[in-house]
Parts: sequence; structure tokens; C-alpha cells
Amino acid sequence: MTLMDTLRIAIRALLKNKMRAALTVFGVVIGIAAVTTMVSIGQSAGQLVQNQFETLGTNVIVVMPGSSRKAGVRQSGAPTLTADDSVAITRDCPAVLASSPIVGVGGQVIFGNENWSPKEMMGVGADYLTVRNWQIAAGGFFISQDVDSGNKVCVIGQTVIAKLFQTVNPIGQSIRIKNIPFQVVGILEKKGANMVGDDQDDIVLLPHSTVRKRLYGSTFNNVHAIMVSARSPSLMSDATRQIEILLSERHQISPGQPSDFQVQNTTEIAATLGVITGTMTLMLSAIAGISLVVGGVGIMNIMLVSVTERTREIGIRMAIGARGKDILRQFLIEAVVLSSIGGAIGLALGIAASTGATMMINAYSPAADWPIVVSLPAAVVAMGFAAAVGIFFGYYPARRASRLDPIDALRYE
Amino acid sequence: MALIELRDVRRVYDLGEVEVHALRSVTLDIELGEYIALVGPSGSGKSTLMNTLGCLDRPTHGSYLLDGQEIVTMNRDQRAAIRNRQLGFVFQNFNLLNRTSAIENVELPLMYGRGISVRERRQRAKEMLGKVGLGDRLDHHPSQLSGGQQQRVAIARALVNRPSILMADEPTGNLDSKTSREVIELFRELNQQQKITVILVTHDQNVARNAKRTLVLRDGLVVEDTTDFERVLRVLNPDSDLEVKTP
Repeated sequence: MTLMDTLRIAIRALLKNKMRAALTVFGVVIGIAAVTTMVSIGQSAGQLVQNQFETLGTNVIVVMPGSSRKAGVRQSGAPTLTADDSVAITRDCPAVLASSPIVGVGGQVIFGNENWSPKEMMGVGADYLTVRNWQIAAGGFFISQDVDSGNKVCVIGQTVIAKLFQTVNPIGQSIRIKNIPFQVVGILEKKGANMVGDDQDDIVLLPHSTVRKRLYGSTFNNVHAIMVSARSPSLMSDATRQIEILLSERHQISPGQPSDFQVQNTTEIAATLGVITGTMTLMLSAIAGISLVVGGVGIMNIMLVSVTERTREIGIRMAIGARGKDILRQFLIEAVVLSSIGGAIGLALGIAASTGATMMINAYSPAADWPIVVSLPAAVVAMGFAAAVGIFFGYYPARRASRLDPIDALRYE
Repeated sequence: MALIELRDVRRVYDLGEVEVHALRSVTLDIELGEYIALVGPSGSGKSTLMNTLGCLDRPTHGSYLLDGQEIVTMNRDQRAAIRNRQLGFVFQNFNLLNRTSAIENVELPLMYGRGISVRERRQRAKEMLGKVGLGDRLDHHPSQLSGGQQQRVAIARALVNRPSILMADEPTGNLDSKTSREVIELFRELNQQQKITVILVTHDQNVARNAKRTLVLRDGLVVEDTTDFERVLRVLNPDSDLEVKTP
């Protein structure tokens, strides 16, 4: 008996009990739809996190001062990095797109009779926005000339505007930091909260030279950190290596000696986040998978009923020469046809449901922009899984049918 | 060598507390082209003998050679193959598949046989239905056919794989006397013209009378094996359930 014959017989047998077949299929439909939806939404969430991470800059590398050792005294956070290091990194490392020194500063910002202590206030280089992949909303950013001459200019974030300037256009106004007036030359585009939930728009950016000279009164060229961006996420490790080599050379660190700086990149954090979202997806799918098992039990139940009902048919087939494996195959294929139809419908339903859910999330929470994910491998796996459910739960009834005694089966009423 | 050789065949059903001896000891030969009726009262073992000959059942003791092959030691699949190729079955209640057309019922044994193309299958089923006089009923379902027509579909199904033996278990039991005669006539034709060996179990004296040889069973033993039907009547009378009508 060819596979086509068996398939035809199976489909005809199922059509004899349309309602029953439909209800059995329904169980599998729910299972596969639930799994598909969960996997799709999980992947969507994963991609959302990755996207957010990229706005932060997945290709950002931070160079921090390491421990220094002077006259046997080891100390962390010693000022070992300079603004010149930053310039050299941009100039000499081919994998680096841009870099900016970072000099942190705390304190109050005052405009008129309003005051505010921003979460972040720091001195940066002219390329800072390139490094952070950030845009200006109004005005401009300070240029390298401002940095070189230590001009008293600043660029502020959206939150700071809300706190200090209710009715006035901030561009051109002077704000005072530690009693020194700075002219506002630009406003940053809204960036929102970062992954930890910190408001990234609560920020004031100043030229790093101005911060050192005017606010700290320092004549040294030291900076707290250097922020670097690689030309692409795939060039992260290249850029990291180039920076390490360059700085070791500039700081005269011989091989084997502990370096006085550390290079940190964000790929590891991204990878960790990927694992977290992946685990969540897996957990949700596993829960959804339970409904698939229930659907499978439904198939088993109906197949057992079917085998009992059709005992005589089995007997007739055996009497005219059907072997055990012919009967086994017939019932197994019937179960697989049921589950595969359920799988196909469930897949379509799952894709529709996950698309709908994603669209609804986006409609009700404007901040989130969940991508719509329909993954082809997931679809293939879902179909394969449906067929596997059919085989697994159809095997026992089919085997029972194939083991019937032909004489008993023929006599069955 | 005979087509069928049974040697000391016994069949015991073990029902736990009691053992039922359905066949005590049967030894007989059947040649190709014979026409045999198995008669006897209920519980005499004729159905068990029929199932044994039909390779549906396996004796608990003895030897059964069919066309030189030992059936007793065969496994289920081997016996299924023998049933498919060498034997054709006709039952009292026809045992056709419901909601399946006549021609598809007849095709069924060919499906379980060795690779026969779909077209050839259809062709042979059609021919066979033509031979039993149902050439114009190919696509009728069993429920749309009369009892006699259904039995003829069953006979076509039994013969479509060109078996050497046709086994019939009370083939006229559910038919009226007119269609019974037609079916019996068909059996005689098949036996005489195509040399098909016919073995049938019956309660009907008129059916049994048609056979060339009759085996009478009682309590699991063959008590009479004769070609003379008058002797059969004498053996069965007076305590048989066979209807005896004076001719």
C-alpha cells in the first residue's frame, strides 16, 4: 500500500466524522497558536531590548583609568588618562569612529530664580554626540574651537529645560554653574530612559577643557574616562585591541606589567541581556507547550475511540491481507493528518495573534516600539512539532489497532 | 502433494479455568479444484476449522501445509500475505467497508498486495465486478445495493487477487432463497470453469448438496467425509439442526 493510498484513506476516514475531527484539530490549533504567539512576542521583546541597546550605542567602548603604581603604592582611579589620549585614539585606531574625553562634575545649575541639580553634568569633547549616536534638537553643539579655548558654552537635555525654562527659549540664555555663567548653545534630542531606568535627558554637557580650567581650576590635562565608538558593532573587538595597544605604547607599559587603564565594551552586557530575553521566551513557550500536550491527548483520545469503533473495519482489512504495519501506518497517518492540519491553522492564528498583540502594545504605550517578528524557523519548528505530537500521541492507539486479532475484530459488533 | 494437508490439527482455547477443545484432531487433504462443504451442528468446530484453513487462526497442535508451506510456524505478517495472495473470503454478513464504493471495496486486496499500479488495480476491480454481474454498479455504496449484490461485491473482492481458494462462511445465511441460488450458481461456475477450490461452511442443506464433497463435524472431529450426500443426511439425522426436506 503506497503512502498516497494511505493518506487518501486517512483523509476519507476523517471526513466521515467532520465535527469530531474539527474539534480534535481545535486542541492542536490552540497549542500551536499559543506556542507560536509566545515565541514571536518573546523574540519581539528581545529585539526591542537590542534596539534600545543600540540607541545607547552597542558599539561604545569606555576607557577607564586603571590602578597605578607609584613608589610601591597601588591606587585605583588615579588620573592616568589625558585628553591627548582621546585625540590619539581617534587618529591612530582605524576601527574607531570617534572618541570623546569625559570629565565628571557635580553641582547646581541656576537660571534666574530657578535651580536644578541635573543627574549628569560633564565635560566632553566635540565628538561626544557622534560617539553616543545622539542628535541635536535645536541650536548646535560646541565645536572643537570652543573646546580648545575653553569657552563657557553648554548644551542641555530636555529634562533640564523643563526644570529651568518654563516660558523662555533656552538658546542664547546664560545659566550659572558654580557662579560661572555658561551660554546655552544647543538642546539635545529626547533620548528617554536607559535600560536601568535613568533619565538620560537630565543632562548638561560642557566642553571638557572648560570644566577642568574654570570649574576645577586645574592646569593638568587629565580626564576621568574616554568614551569611544567603533565603526560598527562587528569591529568592537578590533577597536578594543587597537586601543589597548595604542595606550600601552603611549603610557609606556611593557608586556607583563599591569596596565594603568581598562578598556570596557558593552557587547558582554548585550549578550547577557540576550540570554535573559531568551530564557523568558523559553519559559513562556514551555507554558504554552502544555496546551499542546493537552491537544495531543485529545488526538490520542479520539484515535482510541476511532480504533474501537472501526474494529470490524480493521478485521476486514486484516482478513484480506493487511499486515499489522499497514494498519499501524493507516491510523498513525490519520493522527498526523489531524495534528498537521491543526499545526497549519494554529501557525496562521499564532502569527495573527502575535502581530495583533504587538500592534496593541505599540498603540497603548507610545514609548515602546515593539518590532513585529514572524520567524520562519519558528514556523517550521511549529509544524514539525505538530506532526511529532501526532506521531507521539497517535502511536499507542495505532499500535493497539495493529495488534488486534483478526477473528475477534471480525466478530466485533 | 495436495493443496491443503492437515495433520492431527488441534485447537484448544484456554479460558483460564476450563479448556475448550474446539478441534480435537483433524487430518485431511484437499486437492486443487475441489468443492467442499463443512456442515455440522453449532459448536461442532466447523468455524474453527474454517478460520484455521483461512490462516486467520493458528492451531495449537499439528501441521498445516498450504501449497507446501507450513502455516503453523508462520508469524502474523506472513499469514497476512498468504491470506492476501492465496485465499479469498466471503462472509455471512458480507463485511464490506461502509461508505466506500463497490469498486474501491474490490480494489482493497490489491492495495495490500505487491506494487500494482493504480490504473491496473482499477482495471482488474472493474473486470471482476463485471464478471459477477455488477458492471453497472461500480460506484454504488454497500447501502445502495441489495443483499445479493453486496455478496457479489464481496465475492469479486475475494477473487480479485486471483487466489487458489475461496472460503465462504455461511455465504447465503443473510440472503433470500432466490439470491441464494444465484450465489450458489456463481460458486459452481467459478469451481467448474476456473478450477477455483471452494470451501464453504453452511447450515443450508441445499447449499451443501451443491458441493462435490462434504465434511461433517461433531465435537471437534470430522465424523463423515464423503461425496455421497445421502450419507451426510443419514449421519446428521435425526438430531441435527440441518433442515431436512424430502425431495
